[in-house]
Amino acid sequence: MAKNISFTLKYWKQNGPKDAGHFEERHMENIPDDTSFLEMLDILNELLIEEGKEPFVFDHDCREGICGMCSLYINGTPHGKTERGATTCQLYMRRFNDGDVITVEPWRSAAFPVIKDCMVDRSAFDKIQAAGGYISVRTGAPQDANNILIPKDDADEAMDCATCIGCGACVAACKNGSAMLFVSSKVSQLALLPQGRPEAARRAKAMVAKMDELGFGNCTNTRACEAVCPKNETVSNIARLNREFIKAKMHD
Amino acid sequence: MWLTNSSIGRKVIMSVTGIVLILFLTFHACMNLVALFSAEAYNAVCGALGANWYAVLATAVLAALVAVHFIYAIILTLQNRKARGNNRYAVTSKPEKVEWASQNMFVLGVIVVLGLLLHLYNFWYNMMFAELVQGHAAEVTLGGKIYEPTDGAGIMAYTFSQPVFTVIYIVWFVAIWFHLTHGFWSAFQTLGLNNKIWFNRWKKIGSVYVTVLMLIFVVVALYYCFCGGCVAGSGCYSL
Ligand code: HEM
Ligand code: SF4
Ligand code: FES
Repeated sequence: MAKNISFTLKYWKQNGPKDAGHFEERHMENIPDDTSFLEMLDILNELLIEEGKEPFVFDHDCREGICGMCSLYINGTPHGKTERGATTCQLYMRRFNDGDVITVEPWRSAAFPVIKDCMVDRSAFDKIQAAGGYISVRTGAPQDANNILIPKDDADEAMDCATCIGCGACVAACKNGSAMLFVSSKVSQLALLPQGRPEAARRAKAMVAKMDELGFGNCTNTRACEAVCPKNETVSNIARLNREFIKAKMHD
Repeated sequence: MWLTNSSIGRKVIMSVTGIVLILFLTFHACMNLVALFSAEAYNAVCGALGANWYAVLATAVLAALVAVHFIYAIILTLQNRKARGNNRYAVTSKPEKVEWASQNMFVLGVIVVLGLLLHLYNFWYNMMFAELVQGHAAEVTLGGKIYEPTDGAGIMAYTFSQPVFTVIYIVWFVAIWFHLTHGFWSAFQTLGLNNKIWFNRWKKIGSVYVTVLMLIFVVVALYYCFCGGCVAGSGCYSL
Protein backbone atom coordinates (compact mmCIF):
# COMPACT_ATOMS: atom_id res chain seq x y z
CA MET A 1 0.00 0.00 0.00
CA ALA A 2 1.29 3.38 -0.91
CA LYS A 3 1.46 5.84 1.94
CA ASN A 4 2.22 9.53 2.15
CA ILE A 5 5.28 10.99 3.82
CA SER A 6 6.19 14.48 5.01
CA PHE A 7 9.78 15.62 5.31
CA THR A 8 12.13 18.61 5.25
CA LEU A 9 13.88 19.27 1.96
CA LYS A 10 17.15 21.23 1.96
CA TYR A 11 18.12 22.13 -1.58
CA TRP A 12 21.11 24.03 -2.95
CA LYS A 13 20.58 27.38 -4.69
CA GLN A 14 23.48 28.97 -6.54
CA ASN A 15 23.44 31.72 -9.13
CA GLY A 16 26.21 30.64 -11.49
CA PRO A 17 29.74 29.37 -10.88
CA LYS A 18 30.99 32.48 -9.05
CA ASP A 19 28.13 32.76 -6.54
CA ALA A 20 28.77 31.35 -3.05
CA GLY A 21 25.45 29.50 -3.00
CA HIS A 22 23.25 28.55 -0.05
CA PHE A 23 20.65 26.01 1.06
CA GLU A 24 16.96 26.71 0.99
CA GLU A 25 14.61 24.73 3.20
CA ARG A 26 11.07 23.60 2.60
CA HIS A 27 8.70 21.35 4.45
CA MET A 28 7.09 18.94 1.97
CA GLU A 29 3.69 17.64 3.06
CA ASN A 30 1.96 14.40 2.12
CA ILE A 31 4.09 13.23 -0.76
CA PRO A 32 2.95 9.77 -1.95
CA ASP A 33 5.86 7.38 -1.48
CA ASP A 34 5.52 6.03 -5.01
CA THR A 35 6.48 9.45 -6.34
CA SER A 36 9.90 9.47 -7.97
CA PHE A 37 12.49 11.82 -6.55
CA LEU A 38 12.36 14.06 -9.62
CA GLU A 39 8.54 14.10 -9.56
CA MET A 40 8.81 15.24 -5.95
CA LEU A 41 11.05 18.09 -7.16
CA ASP A 42 8.45 18.86 -9.87
CA ILE A 43 5.88 19.21 -7.06
CA LEU A 44 8.28 21.55 -5.26
CA ASN A 45 8.66 23.65 -8.40
CA GLU A 46 4.89 23.87 -8.94
CA LEU A 47 4.57 25.19 -5.39
CA LEU A 48 7.39 27.68 -5.96
CA ILE A 49 5.92 28.89 -9.25
CA GLU A 50 2.47 29.31 -7.69
CA GLU A 51 4.08 31.44 -5.00
CA GLY A 52 5.78 33.52 -7.68
CA LYS A 53 9.24 32.30 -6.64
CA GLU A 54 12.08 31.12 -8.83
CA PRO A 55 11.95 27.36 -9.46
CA PHE A 56 14.75 25.05 -8.34
CA VAL A 57 17.03 24.12 -11.28
CA PHE A 58 18.27 20.56 -11.77
CA ASP A 59 19.26 18.39 -14.73
CA HIS A 60 17.12 15.59 -16.14
CA ASP A 61 16.05 14.18 -19.45
CA CYS A 62 15.02 10.59 -20.13
CA ARG A 63 13.86 9.86 -16.56
CA GLU A 64 14.42 6.18 -17.17
CA GLY A 65 18.06 5.74 -16.24
CA ILE A 66 19.61 5.68 -19.69
CA CYS A 67 20.67 9.18 -20.67
CA GLY A 68 22.98 10.20 -17.81
CA MET A 69 21.53 13.66 -17.46
CA CYS A 70 20.17 13.57 -13.89
CA SER A 71 22.75 14.28 -11.25
CA LEU A 72 21.82 15.02 -7.65
CA TYR A 73 23.94 14.41 -4.55
CA ILE A 74 21.29 13.25 -2.11
CA ASN A 75 22.00 12.83 1.61
CA GLY A 76 25.71 12.37 0.98
CA THR A 77 25.48 9.93 -1.94
CA PRO A 78 25.51 10.69 -5.68
CA HIS A 79 22.11 9.58 -7.09
CA GLY A 80 20.99 8.87 -3.52
CA LYS A 81 21.05 5.54 -1.70
CA THR A 82 19.55 2.96 -4.01
CA GLU A 83 20.47 -0.58 -4.78
CA ARG A 84 23.29 0.26 -7.24
CA GLY A 85 22.13 0.23 -10.80
CA ALA A 86 19.85 3.22 -10.37
CA THR A 87 20.15 6.89 -11.18
CA THR A 88 18.47 9.84 -9.43
CA CYS A 89 15.53 9.59 -11.82
CA GLN A 90 15.01 5.99 -10.69
CA LEU A 91 15.04 6.88 -7.00
CA TYR A 92 11.63 6.71 -5.31
CA MET A 93 10.33 8.43 -2.20
CA ARG A 94 9.68 5.05 -0.58
CA ARG A 95 13.43 5.04 0.18
CA PHE A 96 12.78 7.84 2.69
CA ASN A 97 10.90 8.03 5.96
CA ASP A 98 8.35 10.37 7.43
CA GLY A 99 10.15 13.21 9.19
CA ASP A 100 13.48 12.82 7.32
CA VAL A 101 15.68 15.75 6.41
CA ILE A 102 16.65 15.30 2.76
CA THR A 103 19.67 17.30 1.60
CA VAL A 104 20.11 17.86 -2.13
CA GLU A 105 23.45 19.19 -3.46
CA PRO A 106 25.05 19.49 -6.88
CA TRP A 107 28.05 17.42 -8.02
CA ARG A 108 30.89 19.39 -6.43
CA SER A 109 34.11 19.15 -8.41
CA ALA A 110 36.35 21.81 -9.93
CA ALA A 111 35.93 20.36 -13.44
CA PHE A 112 32.11 20.51 -13.13
CA PRO A 113 31.28 24.19 -12.51
CA VAL A 114 27.74 24.98 -11.37
CA ILE A 115 25.56 26.52 -14.08
CA LYS A 116 22.66 27.15 -11.75
CA ASP A 117 21.52 25.54 -8.48
CA CYS A 118 22.10 21.82 -8.93
CA MET A 119 22.71 21.92 -12.68
CA VAL A 120 26.42 21.50 -13.39
CA ASP A 121 28.43 21.77 -16.57
CA ARG A 122 29.63 18.29 -17.53
CA SER A 123 30.81 19.20 -21.01
CA ALA A 124 34.32 18.20 -19.88
CA PHE A 125 33.14 14.60 -20.38
CA ASP A 126 32.10 15.38 -23.97
CA LYS A 127 35.54 16.87 -24.63
CA ILE A 128 37.26 13.74 -23.31
CA GLN A 129 35.00 11.59 -25.45
CA ALA A 130 35.69 13.76 -28.51
CA ALA A 131 39.43 13.39 -27.93
CA GLY A 132 39.34 9.73 -28.92
CA GLY A 133 36.35 7.79 -27.62
CA TYR A 134 35.34 6.53 -31.05
CA ILE A 135 36.71 4.46 -33.91
CA SER A 136 37.58 5.96 -37.28
CA VAL A 137 38.95 2.87 -39.01
CA ARG A 138 36.98 1.64 -42.02
CA THR A 139 34.97 -1.33 -40.83
CA GLY A 140 33.16 -1.73 -44.16
CA ALA A 141 29.53 -2.58 -44.77
CA PRO A 142 27.73 -4.90 -42.32
CA GLN A 143 29.32 -8.30 -42.63
CA ASP A 144 28.27 -11.78 -41.81
CA ALA A 145 28.13 -12.03 -38.03
CA ASN A 146 30.63 -14.86 -38.01
CA ASN A 147 33.32 -12.99 -39.92
CA ILE A 148 34.75 -11.34 -36.84
CA LEU A 149 34.73 -13.78 -33.96
CA ILE A 150 34.59 -12.21 -30.50
CA PRO A 151 34.74 -14.34 -27.34
CA LYS A 152 31.49 -14.07 -25.39
CA ASP A 153 33.28 -12.86 -22.23
CA ASP A 154 34.89 -9.99 -24.14
CA ALA A 155 31.64 -9.05 -25.83
CA ASP A 156 29.82 -9.04 -22.48
CA GLU A 157 32.55 -7.06 -20.79
CA ALA A 158 32.63 -4.49 -23.60
CA MET A 159 28.85 -4.16 -23.36
CA ASP A 160 29.04 -3.66 -19.59
CA CYS A 161 31.63 -0.92 -20.07
CA ALA A 162 29.48 0.69 -22.75
CA THR A 163 26.57 1.01 -20.32
CA CYS A 164 28.38 3.92 -18.64
CA ILE A 165 26.02 6.84 -19.24
CA GLY A 166 28.53 9.58 -18.48
CA CYS A 167 26.57 10.92 -15.53
CA GLY A 168 29.65 11.98 -13.55
CA ALA A 169 28.62 10.42 -10.22
CA CYS A 170 32.09 8.86 -10.07
CA VAL A 171 33.74 12.30 -10.16
CA ALA A 172 31.24 13.66 -7.64
CA ALA A 173 32.04 10.87 -5.19
CA CYS A 174 35.82 11.02 -5.58
CA LYS A 175 37.88 12.90 -3.00
CA ASN A 176 40.46 13.43 -5.76
CA GLY A 177 37.97 14.69 -8.35
CA SER A 178 39.21 11.94 -10.67
CA ALA A 179 37.35 10.93 -13.82
CA MET A 180 39.15 7.60 -14.18
CA LEU A 181 36.07 5.37 -13.89
CA PHE A 182 34.32 7.21 -16.71
CA VAL A 183 37.40 7.43 -18.96
CA SER A 184 38.38 3.82 -18.31
CA SER A 185 34.88 2.60 -19.15
CA LYS A 186 34.88 4.54 -22.42
CA VAL A 187 38.38 3.27 -23.30
CA SER A 188 37.45 -0.30 -22.33
CA GLN A 189 34.25 -0.53 -24.37
CA LEU A 190 36.38 -0.17 -27.52
CA ALA A 191 39.68 -1.69 -26.35
CA LEU A 192 37.95 -5.04 -25.76
CA LEU A 193 36.69 -5.36 -29.33
CA PRO A 194 38.75 -6.12 -32.44
CA GLN A 195 37.44 -3.03 -34.24
CA GLY A 196 38.73 -0.90 -31.40
CA ARG A 197 42.24 -2.34 -31.30
CA PRO A 198 43.90 -0.51 -34.23
CA GLU A 199 43.43 2.85 -32.50
CA ALA A 200 43.64 1.61 -28.90
CA ALA A 201 47.02 3.15 -28.07
CA ARG A 202 46.19 6.53 -29.59
CA ARG A 203 42.80 6.56 -27.89
CA ALA A 204 44.15 5.82 -24.40
CA LYS A 205 46.82 8.52 -24.72
CA ALA A 206 44.50 11.17 -26.17
CA MET A 207 41.66 10.62 -23.68
CA VAL A 208 43.99 10.60 -20.66
CA ALA A 209 45.77 13.73 -21.91
CA LYS A 210 42.43 15.51 -22.30
CA MET A 211 41.28 14.34 -18.87
CA ASP A 212 44.46 15.71 -17.26
CA GLU A 213 44.25 18.95 -19.22
CA LEU A 214 40.68 19.58 -18.01
CA GLY A 215 41.81 19.44 -14.39
CA PHE A 216 40.52 16.08 -13.15
CA GLY A 217 42.58 14.59 -10.30
CA ASN A 218 45.01 11.67 -10.03
CA CYS A 219 43.30 8.38 -9.11
CA THR A 220 44.49 6.89 -5.81
CA ASN A 221 42.27 3.82 -5.98
CA THR A 222 39.89 4.70 -3.17
CA ARG A 223 36.99 3.00 -5.01
CA ALA A 224 34.43 5.61 -4.01
CA CYS A 225 33.52 5.74 -7.74
CA GLU A 226 32.50 2.12 -8.15
CA ALA A 227 30.52 2.25 -4.90
CA VAL A 228 28.19 4.89 -6.42
CA CYS A 229 28.20 4.13 -10.15
CA PRO A 230 24.59 3.56 -11.24
CA LYS A 231 25.82 1.27 -14.01
CA ASN A 232 28.09 -0.83 -11.79
CA GLU A 233 31.29 -0.05 -13.64
CA THR A 234 34.23 -1.48 -11.69
CA VAL A 235 37.80 -0.38 -11.01
CA SER A 236 39.03 -3.29 -13.11
CA ASN A 237 38.27 -0.90 -16.01
CA ILE A 238 40.75 1.51 -14.43
CA ALA A 239 43.38 -1.24 -14.30
CA ARG A 240 42.72 -1.88 -18.01
CA LEU A 241 43.12 1.81 -18.84
CA ASN A 242 46.38 1.97 -16.85
CA ARG A 243 47.61 -1.06 -18.78
CA GLU A 244 46.61 0.38 -22.17
CA PHE A 245 48.17 3.74 -21.34
CA ILE A 246 51.45 2.39 -19.95
CA LYS A 247 51.80 -0.02 -22.89
CA ALA A 248 51.14 2.79 -25.36
CA LYS A 249 53.73 5.06 -23.74
CA MET A 250 56.33 2.28 -23.60
CA HIS A 251 55.90 1.77 -27.36
CA ASP A 252 56.56 5.42 -28.18
CA MET B 1 58.08 12.86 -20.10
CA TRP B 2 54.91 10.86 -19.54
CA LEU B 3 55.99 9.66 -16.09
CA THR B 4 55.88 13.18 -14.72
CA ASN B 5 53.33 15.00 -16.87
CA SER B 6 50.44 12.52 -16.98
CA SER B 7 48.25 11.50 -14.06
CA ILE B 8 48.85 7.79 -14.70
CA GLY B 9 52.60 8.39 -15.05
CA ARG B 10 52.76 10.12 -11.69
CA LYS B 11 50.92 7.20 -10.17
CA VAL B 12 53.42 4.80 -11.75
CA ILE B 13 56.19 6.68 -9.94
CA MET B 14 54.32 6.27 -6.62
CA SER B 15 53.70 2.63 -7.36
CA VAL B 16 57.24 1.65 -8.39
CA THR B 17 58.95 3.56 -5.57
CA GLY B 18 56.40 2.09 -3.15
CA ILE B 19 57.02 -1.48 -4.32
CA VAL B 20 60.80 -1.09 -4.01
CA LEU B 21 60.32 0.28 -0.49
CA ILE B 22 58.18 -2.74 0.38
CA LEU B 23 60.98 -4.99 -0.89
CA PHE B 24 63.43 -3.10 1.31
CA LEU B 25 61.14 -3.51 4.32
CA THR B 26 61.04 -7.23 3.55
CA PHE B 27 64.83 -7.40 3.64
CA HIS B 28 64.91 -5.37 6.85
CA ALA B 29 62.33 -7.65 8.51
CA CYS B 30 64.33 -10.77 7.56
CA MET B 31 67.42 -9.18 9.03
CA ASN B 32 65.58 -8.30 12.24
CA LEU B 33 64.38 -11.88 12.56
CA VAL B 34 68.01 -12.89 13.07
CA ALA B 35 68.10 -10.63 16.13
CA LEU B 36 65.43 -12.80 17.74
CA PHE B 37 67.72 -15.80 17.69
CA SER B 38 71.24 -14.53 18.20
CA ALA B 39 72.75 -11.16 19.03
CA GLU B 40 76.12 -12.24 17.59
CA ALA B 41 74.60 -13.30 14.29
CA TYR B 42 72.68 -10.02 14.11
CA ASN B 43 75.82 -8.02 14.80
CA ALA B 44 77.62 -10.03 12.13
CA VAL B 45 74.96 -8.85 9.65
CA CYS B 46 75.39 -5.28 10.92
CA GLY B 47 79.14 -5.65 10.51
CA ALA B 48 78.78 -6.98 6.97
CA LEU B 49 76.71 -3.90 6.06
CA GLY B 50 78.46 -1.33 8.24
CA ALA B 51 79.77 1.62 6.29
CA ASN B 52 80.87 -0.47 3.32
CA TRP B 53 80.39 1.11 -0.06
CA TYR B 54 77.50 -1.15 -1.06
CA ALA B 55 75.61 -0.40 2.13
CA VAL B 56 76.20 3.34 1.75
CA LEU B 57 75.11 3.17 -1.89
CA ALA B 58 71.96 1.23 -0.99
CA THR B 59 71.17 3.76 1.74
CA ALA B 60 71.54 6.63 -0.71
CA VAL B 61 69.22 4.86 -3.18
CA LEU B 62 66.66 4.28 -0.44
CA ALA B 63 66.83 7.90 0.64
CA ALA B 64 66.24 8.94 -2.97
CA LEU B 65 63.27 6.57 -3.29
CA VAL B 66 61.66 7.90 -0.12
CA ALA B 67 62.29 11.46 -1.31
CA VAL B 68 60.71 10.81 -4.73
CA HIS B 69 57.76 8.95 -3.20
CA PHE B 70 57.25 11.75 -0.67
CA ILE B 71 57.60 14.58 -3.20
CA TYR B 72 55.14 12.93 -5.59
CA ALA B 73 52.77 12.25 -2.68
CA ILE B 74 52.77 16.00 -2.03
CA ILE B 75 52.30 16.87 -5.72
CA LEU B 76 49.44 14.36 -6.13
CA THR B 77 47.73 15.49 -2.96
CA LEU B 78 47.89 19.17 -3.93
CA GLN B 79 46.67 18.49 -7.48
CA ASN B 80 43.84 16.35 -6.17
CA ARG B 81 42.69 18.99 -3.71
CA LYS B 82 42.60 21.49 -6.54
CA ALA B 83 40.65 19.08 -8.75
CA ARG B 84 38.20 18.51 -5.93
CA GLY B 85 37.53 22.25 -5.72
CA ASN B 86 36.82 24.48 -2.75
CA ASN B 87 33.18 23.58 -2.24
CA ARG B 88 32.65 20.87 0.35
CA TYR B 89 29.55 18.72 0.61
CA ALA B 90 27.31 19.55 3.55
CA VAL B 91 26.36 15.90 4.01
CA THR B 92 28.73 13.02 3.25
CA SER B 93 28.61 9.28 3.71
CA LYS B 94 31.43 6.82 3.23
CA PRO B 95 30.46 3.70 1.27
CA GLU B 96 31.47 0.45 3.01
CA LYS B 97 33.72 -0.54 0.13
CA VAL B 98 35.98 2.43 0.66
CA GLU B 99 38.86 1.58 3.00
CA TRP B 100 39.81 4.19 5.57
CA ALA B 101 43.50 3.91 4.68
CA SER B 102 42.83 4.64 1.01
CA GLN B 103 41.50 8.09 1.88
CA ASN B 104 44.25 8.90 4.38
CA MET B 105 47.39 7.79 2.55
CA PHE B 106 49.05 11.18 2.86
CA VAL B 107 48.47 11.57 6.61
CA LEU B 108 49.72 8.03 7.14
CA GLY B 109 52.75 8.81 4.96
CA VAL B 110 53.60 11.86 7.07
CA ILE B 111 53.53 9.68 10.22
CA VAL B 112 55.79 7.23 8.38
CA VAL B 113 58.32 9.98 7.60
CA LEU B 114 58.34 11.32 11.16
CA GLY B 115 58.94 7.80 12.46
CA LEU B 116 61.65 7.36 9.88
CA LEU B 117 63.48 10.48 11.07
CA LEU B 118 63.41 9.21 14.65
CA HIS B 119 64.58 5.81 13.47
CA LEU B 120 67.52 7.32 11.59
CA TYR B 121 68.46 9.31 14.70
CA ASN B 122 68.23 6.24 16.97
CA PHE B 123 70.11 3.82 14.75
CA TRP B 124 71.60 5.10 11.51
CA TYR B 125 73.25 8.08 13.24
CA ASN B 126 74.91 5.78 15.80
CA MET B 127 75.83 3.09 13.33
CA MET B 128 76.59 3.85 9.67
CA PHE B 129 77.00 7.58 10.24
CA ALA B 130 79.31 7.12 13.25
CA GLU B 131 81.48 4.76 11.25
CA LEU B 132 81.57 7.10 8.27
CA VAL B 133 82.69 9.99 10.46
CA GLN B 134 84.98 8.25 12.92
CA GLY B 135 86.30 5.39 10.81
CA HIS B 136 86.55 1.74 11.78
CA ALA B 137 87.50 2.16 15.42
CA ALA B 138 84.38 4.27 16.04
CA GLU B 139 82.63 4.28 19.39
CA VAL B 140 79.33 5.78 20.47
CA THR B 141 78.23 6.55 23.99
CA LEU B 142 74.54 5.88 24.76
CA GLY B 143 73.13 6.20 28.25
CA GLY B 144 76.65 6.32 29.71
CA LYS B 145 77.72 3.10 28.01
CA ILE B 146 80.11 2.71 25.08
CA TYR B 147 78.91 0.79 22.02
CA GLU B 148 80.65 -0.23 18.81
CA PRO B 149 78.69 1.04 15.78
CA THR B 150 78.24 -2.54 14.56
CA ASP B 151 76.67 -3.61 17.87
CA GLY B 152 73.15 -3.45 16.42
CA ALA B 153 71.73 -5.74 19.10
CA GLY B 154 73.21 -3.60 21.87
CA ILE B 155 71.87 -0.36 20.43
CA MET B 156 68.47 -2.01 19.95
CA ALA B 157 68.48 -3.20 23.56
CA TYR B 158 69.43 0.31 24.67
CA THR B 159 66.72 2.00 22.57
CA PHE B 160 63.87 -0.34 23.44
CA SER B 161 64.77 -0.43 27.14
CA GLN B 162 63.12 3.01 27.12
CA PRO B 163 59.36 2.28 26.90
CA VAL B 164 58.58 5.61 25.15
CA PHE B 165 60.57 4.47 22.13
CA THR B 166 58.91 1.06 22.08
CA VAL B 167 55.50 2.74 22.09
CA ILE B 168 56.43 5.27 19.40
CA TYR B 169 57.88 2.54 17.20
CA ILE B 170 54.75 0.41 17.52
CA VAL B 171 52.55 3.37 16.56
CA TRP B 172 54.86 3.86 13.59
CA PHE B 173 54.57 0.19 12.56
CA VAL B 174 50.79 0.40 12.76
CA ALA B 175 50.82 3.49 10.50
CA ILE B 176 53.01 1.66 7.96
CA TRP B 177 50.66 -1.32 8.19
CA PHE B 178 47.65 0.88 7.35
CA HIS B 179 49.56 2.62 4.55
CA LEU B 180 50.53 -0.69 3.02
CA THR B 181 47.20 -2.51 3.39
CA HIS B 182 46.00 -0.07 0.76
CA GLY B 183 49.36 0.64 -0.90
CA PHE B 184 50.10 -2.99 -1.74
CA TRP B 185 47.12 -3.74 -4.00
CA SER B 186 46.93 -0.14 -5.15
CA ALA B 187 50.47 -0.41 -6.53
CA PHE B 188 49.49 -3.36 -8.74
CA GLN B 189 46.24 -1.70 -9.77
CA THR B 190 48.19 1.38 -10.82
CA LEU B 191 50.53 -0.68 -12.98
CA GLY B 192 47.50 -2.21 -14.68
CA LEU B 193 48.29 -5.67 -13.30
CA ASN B 194 44.78 -6.23 -12.08
CA ASN B 195 41.36 -7.46 -13.19
CA LYS B 196 38.16 -8.81 -11.67
CA ILE B 197 39.80 -12.08 -10.58
CA TRP B 198 43.11 -10.68 -9.38
CA PHE B 199 41.43 -7.88 -7.47
CA ASN B 200 40.53 -10.08 -4.49
CA ARG B 201 43.75 -12.06 -4.85
CA TRP B 202 45.97 -8.96 -4.60
CA LYS B 203 43.97 -7.71 -1.64
CA LYS B 204 44.33 -11.04 0.22
CA ILE B 205 48.00 -11.47 -0.69
CA GLY B 206 48.59 -7.87 0.35
CA SER B 207 46.92 -8.13 3.74
CA VAL B 208 48.68 -11.37 4.64
CA TYR B 209 52.06 -10.16 3.40
CA VAL B 210 51.90 -6.79 5.07
CA THR B 211 50.55 -8.18 8.34
CA VAL B 212 53.33 -10.76 8.60
CA LEU B 213 55.90 -8.13 7.64
CA MET B 214 54.82 -5.62 10.26
CA LEU B 215 54.31 -8.30 12.95
CA ILE B 216 57.99 -9.22 12.63
CA PHE B 217 58.98 -5.63 13.37
CA VAL B 218 56.56 -5.45 16.31
CA VAL B 219 57.73 -8.76 17.80
CA VAL B 220 61.40 -7.81 17.57
CA ALA B 221 60.75 -4.43 19.18
CA LEU B 222 58.75 -6.04 22.02
CA TYR B 223 61.37 -8.75 22.49
CA TYR B 224 64.13 -6.17 22.87
CA CYS B 225 61.89 -4.10 25.11
CA PHE B 226 61.36 -6.96 27.56
CA CYS B 227 64.41 -9.20 27.06
CA GLY B 228 66.95 -6.89 25.40
CA GLY B 229 69.23 -6.87 28.46
CA CYS B 230 69.77 -10.63 28.35
CA VAL B 231 70.06 -10.82 24.56
CA ALA B 232 72.69 -8.13 24.38
CA GLY B 233 74.55 -9.54 27.37
CA SER B 234 73.99 -6.70 29.81
CA GLY B 235 71.74 -8.73 32.12
CA CYS B 236 67.99 -8.87 32.70
CA TYR B 237 66.41 -5.47 33.46
CA SER B 238 63.62 -6.98 35.47
CA LEU B 239 66.02 -8.37 38.08
C1 HEM C 1 57.57 9.31 2.86
C2 HEM C 1 56.38 9.15 3.43
C3 HEM C 1 55.27 8.61 2.61
C4 HEM C 1 54.22 9.30 2.13
C5 HEM C 1 53.95 10.76 2.37
C6 HEM C 1 53.43 8.42 1.35
C7 HEM C 1 52.27 8.77 0.71
C8 HEM C 1 51.65 8.04 -0.25
C9 HEM C 1 50.56 8.49 -1.06
C10 HEM C 1 49.89 9.85 -0.99
C11 HEM C 1 50.25 7.50 -1.91
C12 HEM C 1 49.21 7.59 -3.00
C13 HEM C 1 47.95 7.00 -2.62
C14 HEM C 1 47.66 5.75 -3.41
O1 HEM C 1 48.24 5.53 -4.46
O2 HEM C 1 46.85 5.02 -2.94
C15 HEM C 1 51.13 6.40 -1.60
C16 HEM C 1 51.11 5.21 -2.23
C17 HEM C 1 51.92 4.18 -1.89
N1 HEM C 1 52.88 4.17 -0.90
FE1 HEM C 1 53.43 5.67 0.23
N2 HEM C 1 53.98 7.18 1.37
C18 HEM C 1 55.12 7.26 2.15
C19 HEM C 1 55.97 6.26 2.49
C20 HEM C 1 55.85 5.02 2.00
C21 HEM C 1 56.68 3.94 2.37
C22 HEM C 1 57.83 4.01 3.40
C23 HEM C 1 56.25 2.88 1.65
C24 HEM C 1 56.76 1.47 1.63
C25 HEM C 1 57.28 0.85 2.58
C26 HEM C 1 55.16 3.30 0.82
C27 HEM C 1 54.48 2.50 -0.06
C28 HEM C 1 53.45 2.94 -0.89
C29 HEM C 1 52.82 2.13 -1.91
C30 HEM C 1 53.16 0.69 -2.24
C31 HEM C 1 51.86 2.93 -2.54
C32 HEM C 1 50.93 2.53 -3.66
C33 HEM C 1 51.30 3.11 -4.97
C34 HEM C 1 50.13 3.22 -5.91
O3 HEM C 1 48.99 3.13 -5.51
O4 HEM C 1 50.35 3.43 -7.07
N3 HEM C 1 54.91 4.60 1.06
N4 HEM C 1 51.98 6.76 -0.59
S1 SF4 D 1 31.37 5.34 -14.70
FE1 SF4 D 1 29.36 5.17 -13.70
S2 SF4 D 1 29.28 6.95 -12.32
FE2 SF4 D 1 30.91 7.36 -13.82
S3 SF4 D 1 29.96 8.48 -15.50
FE3 SF4 D 1 29.85 6.31 -16.08
S4 SF4 D 1 27.84 5.63 -15.31
FE4 SF4 D 1 28.26 7.59 -14.27
S1 FES E 1 17.24 11.51 -16.46
FE1 FES E 1 18.19 10.17 -17.92
S2 FES E 1 19.35 8.91 -16.58
FE2 FES E 1 18.22 10.08 -15.14
